[in-house]
Amino acid sequence: MAKAKTNTEDYLRMYRQMVRIRTFEDNANQLYLSAKMPGLTHMYSGEEGVAVGICEALTDSDRITSTHRGHGHCVAKGANFKQMFCELLGKEEGYCRGKGGSMHIADQSHGNLGANAIVGGSMGIATGSALRAKLQGADDVTVCFFGDGATAQGLLYEVMNMAALWNLPVIYACENNGYSEYTKTEEIAAGSITARAEAFGIEAHTVDGQDVLAVNELTQDLVARARRGEGPFFLELETYRYHGHHVGDINREYYRSKDEEKDWKENRDPIVRFRGWLVEQGIATEDEIEAMNAEIETDATEAVAYAEAARYPDVSEVDMHVHSD
Amino acid sequence: MREITLSQAVNEAIAEEMRRDETVFLMGEDVAEAGTPFKVLSGLVEEFGTGRVIDTPIAEPGFVGLAVGAAMTGGRPVVDLMFGDFLYLVMDQLCNQAAKQHYMSGGKLTVPMVLRTNLGATRRSAAQHSQSLQALVAHIPGLKVAMPSSAYEAKGLMKTAIRDNNPVVIFEDKLMYQDKAPIPEEDYLIPFGEAHIKREGSDITLIGTSSMVQVAEAAADMLSAEGISAEVIDPRTLVPLDEAALVESVKRTSRAIVIDEGHQSYGVTSEIASRLNEKAFYHLDAPVLRMGAMDVPVPFSPALEDITVPTPEGVAENARKLCSGELIHAA
Repeated sequence: MAKAKTNTEDYLRMYRQMVRIRTFEDNANQLYLSAKMPGLTHMYSGEEGVAVGICEALTDSDRITSTHRGHGHCVAKGANFKQMFCELLGKEEGYCRGKGGSMHIADQSHGNLGANAIVGGSMGIATGSALRAKLQGADDVTVCFFGDGATAQGLLYEVMNMAALWNLPVIYACENNGYSEYTKTEEIAAGSITARAEAFGIEAHTVDGQDVLAVNELTQDLVARARRGEGPFFLELETYRYHGHHVGDINREYYRSKDEEKDWKENRDPIVRFRGWLVEQGIATEDEIEAMNAEIETDATEAVAYAEAARYPDVSEVDMHVHSD
Repeated sequence: MREITLSQAVNEAIAEEMRRDETVFLMGEDVAEAGTPFKVLSGLVEEFGTGRVIDTPIAEPGFVGLAVGAAMTGGRPVVDLMFGDFLYLVMDQLCNQAAKQHYMSGGKLTVPMVLRTNLGATRRSAAQHSQSLQALVAHIPGLKVAMPSSAYEAKGLMKTAIRDNNPVVIFEDKLMYQDKAPIPEEDYLIPFGEAHIKREGSDITLIGTSSMVQVAEAAADMLSAEGISAEVIDPRTLVPLDEAALVESVKRTSRAIVIDEGHQSYGVTSEIASRLNEKAFYHLDAPVLRMGAMDVPVPFSPALEDITVPTPEGVAENARKLCSGELIHAA
């Protein structure tokens, strides 16, 4: 693994954030399976190294835009479990007062501009955030998360053109998990993904998204350069989606094999790999890691119970927030 | 009082707001040196520079998307959409993104942006440069829609739109850019949701939007010569709509025609007529009539195009029928 940080606390926080995402998703999946959650949700499990590696290179004033598979970005950008589970269950104390749900979840106070349920729908927003930063002389950077499937949307090419023309501080982070919903990426994407950005003169990198330190090291460098006006940049993060397209996508052998899933989980899991590295480097003992995992599990259990007992919004809220004052 | 054109009024409004608030900026196709094809924005780049008057590529979804993101993070963009017909290109950015951010975030995110565009046929521009699509956006919760009917309204509504914390779509009639109106030298705003009675009358209410206010006024002149007293009301904004003022007028006159240049079916005229039926039914002496554009793509040939939109003669003819009782039992 790459060596990105020398601060022990940073390593442990990155590990903790990855486990928090996995734990959040496991609990969300249980809520779905036990029919306690309204609607569906899209699991981020397996992609934790991407969200954490990137968001740990950002400050609270840096912005991100997220996707329908957005719980991981939300946790990694600083959200807490209670308000997230409340949002998932449509409760008043959710980050969006229950009006957004899983597909629009965001802790806006930490610079998350929202999960977006239109594939590729936030590419304009992210690039516009970067335009605002440039116009106002601010030094914040915006990261636009999207999947490989979204590279088929025309909007990407319109906004990359403008970002490149105007040297905007935006990083396009393409989470290539190999599948565009229920279809292999190679069946929907001609040519190379990074070449799309390079056609606009945008510097593009491909990185192992299951190696959180490699992701973090590269992102830190690109964020620093984007702050100096050297953006935009494009990242293709090779990763894998452990669950189906959404929690209801159970029988999926018609588009990918169980052997393939098993291989990624057993041999490339970002949490297992990072945990091994932490122990090997003497940063944490197995006991310390197990204690951290248990603490996170307890946090999640408590947050779920809290959210289940929390109030729904009053019906008078239904036409509130249509317009701002 | 001095008189300036609608084009100058829009230009003044934007310039004043850009001087007042440095977060306001302009973007769109050929807005800088070219000042748009209609020359509405001429001179602004000279005062504010290319940093705040930004020429974009021809990529409507892209630059409207950028405006949404800039607005969500502290900018106040005024986006120029060269023709209203291009609204179809930006529907996701406008209706799924801009319109819903505030609601979906439980009130935490706001999108203070203005999208200025135009409407209006009879410029011999054919089906893809002549549409009046205000109903399309007025249908979407979260957007506000302004329809200036003169230079005076164009300036006051634009300034209000720029200061509003919501996405606002302003439709200007392409044929009115050179129309003049008296405009005060001093700063003024026109609040959203306040209809303006352009002319008082007692026999029938003519509700017009944008350039259809002029059509209604011309019809009222004809009717006046025949002894029919028509009231002309301009809602000025479709969202929010000053329903109370429209209902109040119709309760007094007991007859109404609603005139708008969008297609008649499922349109602005239908919506307003329905509200009048719901709120003023027992005061009506005749059915509320709708007069919109014909439900056809706008044709190129002048011989065809001119008959697709409401005219003063057509409005006056319908008003006569309503007032004489001829249309009381209209099918």
